[in-house]
This record gives sequence, C-alpha cells and structure tokens, in this order.
Amino acid sequence: MSEPRQRFWAPAVILVVLVVLWESLVTAFNIQQFLLPKPSAIAGNLVQVAALDASVSGEGEDISLENRFFTVLPADLSPEMQASLQEAQWLAFSLGGRTFLLLRGNNLTPILAASWFTLKEALGGMAMGTVAGIAVAIAAARWTATREALLPFAIAANSMPIIAFAPIMNNWFGLDNPFSKMAIVTIMIFFPIMINTVRGLVSVDARSLELMRSYAASDSEILVKLRIPNALPSLFSGLKVAGALAMIGAIVGEYFGGPRIALGVFITQEAALFRFASAWAAILVACLIGIAIYLVILLAERLALPWHPTFRA
Amino acid sequence: MPGPVVILENVDMIFGEGASDQVHALKEIDLRIEQNEFISLIGPSGCGKSTLLRVVGDLVQPTSGVAAINGKSARQARLDQDYGIVFQAATLYDWRTVAKNVQLPLELMQFSRSEKESRTQAMLELVELSDFAGHYPWQLSGGMQQRVAIARALSFEPSILLMDEPFGALDEMTRERLNLELLNIWRKTDTTVLFVTHSITEAVFLSTRVIVMSARPGRITADIAIDLPQPRNAETRSNVRFFELETTVREALRVSEAGDQPERKAA
Repeated sequence: MSEPRQRFWAPAVILVVLVVLWESLVTAFNIQQFLLPKPSAIAGNLVQVAALDASVSGEGEDISLENRFFTVLPADLSPEMQASLQEAQWLAFSLGGRTFLLLRGNNLTPILAASWFTLKEALGGMAMGTVAGIAVAIAAARWTATREALLPFAIAANSMPIIAFAPIMNNWFGLDNPFSKMAIVTIMIFFPIMINTVRGLVSVDARSLELMRSYAASDSEILVKLRIPNALPSLFSGLKVAGALAMIGAIVGEYFGGPRIALGVFITQEAALFRFASAWAAILVACLIGIAIYLVILLAERLALPWHPTFRA
Repeated sequence: MPGPVVILENVDMIFGEGASDQVHALKEIDLRIEQNEFISLIGPSGCGKSTLLRVVGDLVQPTSGVAAINGKSARQARLDQDYGIVFQAATLYDWRTVAKNVQLPLELMQFSRSEKESRTQAMLELVELSDFAGHYPWQLSGGMQQRVAIARALSFEPSILLMDEPFGALDEMTRERLNLELLNIWRKTDTTVLFVTHSITEAVFLSTRVIVMSARPGRITADIAIDLPQPRNAETRSNVRFFELETTVREALRVSEAGDQPERKAA
C-alpha cells in the first residue's frame, strides 16, 4: 500500500501540522522572537504575500512590509510604494475578489547569494574528498599491506571531530579563501567515502573471485570488472553521508570566519544582531540545499545502478 | 587418439596440516579422464568431491601429488583458459545483463566484438534464453540463472567443464529438464565434463562414468562405467539397466560409508 502518492502525502501532512503547531504555540505563549521566531516570520525573510484591499484606505501613506509574511495593503498606494512592490513582485493573482501579490523577501537575495557561495565550497570539497577517498580505497584494496597499514588510522580519524580543524584550515589557506572551507569538507568526507569504498571493493563474493581466477583474469581486470562494480552501492552510501557532511563542514567552517558573502558568516552576523528570523531563514535554505544534494545523489545512484535491489520494482 | 584430459596421480590434500584440527580432504587420489567423458563424482558430504574438482581447476593446490590437465600443469591449463566452471550458486554478476554475463569470459579473453556477439547469441539460443538477453539476473528464476551460468561457462568452448553441484539448489522438475539440456549441450560440443553431485539418479543419468568417494579421508572407492545407450532421454529413466546401475552406485556408496566407520573410530 505504499504507493508513491501516499509516501508523499503522509510526511507532507505531518510537515503542515508541525508548522501550524509551531506558529500557534509561539503566538499562544507569546515567545520572544529571539528565542524562537514564528515560521511565518522566518518565511517572510524569503517570500512575502501582500493583499490589496480596496476597502482599506491608506491615504497615500507609506506602509512598511518589514519582513512580515502577510500584509494587507490599501489599494490606493503611493506611486513610490507601487514602484517598489512592482520591483519585488514575482506574480499577482486574484482570489475571492482580492488581488494578492507574491513578493521577494528582503533577505532572499543575500541568502541565495551566500548559499551559492557556500554550495560551491561544499561541492568543491566533495569532489576533492571523493576523488581522494576512491583513489586511496583502490590502493588499499589492491595492496593488502597498504590496507592493513592505513585502516587503523582511517578508523581512528573517522571518530575524530574533524570540524575542530576548521580554525587551522582557515589559518593555513586564509579566512576569505574558499579553499580553506573546501579543505575542511575534503577531510570530513574523505573517511566515509574511503571506508565505504574499501568495504565494497574487498567484500567480494568468494565464488565470483574464483570465477575470475578460473578465467585467468589479472588483478586489474578483477578490479575493473568485479571489485569496482561491486563497490558502487557502498560508494553511493558513502556519498549520501558525505553529501550531508559537506554542507555542515562548509557552514561550520565559515562560523570560524570567512568572507561576508558566505552562508555561515551571514548566519552568525544576523544572530549577533538579534535578527534571528533571517538567521533561521538562512538555516532553512541550507537545509533545503542539503536535501537537494541528497536527492541528486539518489538520482545518480538510480541511473548508475539500475540493477540494484533497492530499485527493484 | 589424444592422451587423457585429466591425470591425477597420488593426489593428497590436507587442510591445516600439522594443526590439531587438520582435515585430510583427499588421500591417494588416482584418476584419469579421457576426452569427451562425462564423469560424476558422488559421495557423502565432506568426502572431498568439491575439493577434487577444485584441484583439477587449480582453485586449490594439492598438498602432494600431480595434477596434469591436457598434458600440462593445472595452473598452466587455468592460465590457458581451459576451464569452464559452474558452481551450485549461479554466481552471475548482478550489474550485468544476461547477455553481458555470458560475455564476461569472452571480454577477458579478448574475443573480437562480432565474435563476442555471435557467440553470446548462439549460447543464449542453446540454453533457450534468447528472449532474456537484456534482463538482469534478479529478474530470472533460479533455473534460468543456472542456465545463464552454463552458457557463460561454455561460451569460450573450454576443453573441460567443471560443475560443482550445479543443479543442487533447484527443484526436481527443473533439475531433470536441465539434465537433458546439459546432455544436449555436451553432445553438441567436444567438452569433457567433471560433475559433482550428491544425487545418485542424476549421476547415473548423466554420466559415462561415476566415481564414488568416501569421507575422511576422501578416497575413490569405486569407479563405475555407465553403459546406458546414448543419447539419453526421458525413456532412459525407465530402462531396467538404469535401475541396476542406480543400485550398483547405491551399494558402492554404502560400502564406502561402511568402510569409513573404523577409520572414523580410529580418529
């Protein structure tokens, strides 16, 4: 009974319920916005809705939208106000005789610019960490001595809080140099990628290996035709872990300092200025990016492994 | 007439030699197999019949004794790609389609593209799986998977086919059908077959010779020629001689197990 539609609706309903609960509890208990902003206040930093109501008269006064999610405006707006609404407008639609305007929030542009900057750091670090992790994994699988020498370090390193190295990396490569964050991400994701890949390369069915031996296949043929395809599923599990770690690594790296345009710097600065709703909005966007990375990896996995048990209809 | 395809002389195989739990898997094995023979190895579990097959295929090296295949060492025969192997599990590669699985040895042996394709097609026709060329292994039944494994083993025309209980995991109906298919294939090719089984019926039905083994240590206790007429078919199973030979093999197995008792007590 788990049809795709059902699998979508159940979590969607829970999400709506949680958001409504959050909004009403914060309102009911009058919780200060610096403790926990309302979801509507967070969303208002990114998207705003304005309803034009002909029955309200503003008498040409300027009305500030601030960062509110929803505002009712008089229909007789000043020309300046109309121009600025025009500029921020995405689309306008009519519903029940009223005109609604969907507007870009005040912090949408800076948050998206910062997200793009940080996403590039995360992806750059992910690319380097993945390449390095796979390369070391192949060496470790190929030469048992390498594996036995490296694996204890890899396991020890994997249980280390690598993010603690962030200030060191910032010092090595420079606060404003995106490479300092890429380096943090690279180190963070290197181990999950490497350990997962080694596991996949080494845990080859004994019969499959004997089959290769019976054909007198060379070690490199066994690597290409058996070990690497066998390792792909666990490499993708590693990539899914790495995808989550990459954004964490880049953002937390930026908490220790970075250019003003970075997402982590944006969040710390907004929080320092008590603009918690916009900090939350930036966190929300970071979450969405993390989910997007995961979905891209999932899609790539689906395309690369059409034979995998997970995708069997 | 060419010499024997397989010569085993005084082969001994001891696992964990010197350790308190050492296993004498094979003892003083002498065996000759001529070209085009269909030999079944039968015996109680743990009698070393699979180990014997592995010694022939150079997947394990005997502790002592000589294994000569096609007039050369077993290792050289393996490097010359003289063996086609079929295990009890089909051992198909999940990420390859049926056609690509059959092609695997052809790729490794640098067959030309057109040769690869024509052979794959011919092999899939032989095992009647042409319609499934583009399927992945998980989409096939156990019997179909095993037929793909047989097609793969035969695709490069190995001089020896080593089969380790290839139909052991299949139901009786599928097994009987695959037995017939295997005999058809064997007749059409020049292959010599070494077939491990624990089914008396299967051994008698398929083989030109049945080798009976005893356990601990694994020894050859009887060598029974199966003189049923060729080609064998469904009627072979109702032949009186078929029952006689079944009885002969069953008796030989009983004697080998009985002879095994004092040895076990001594150990």
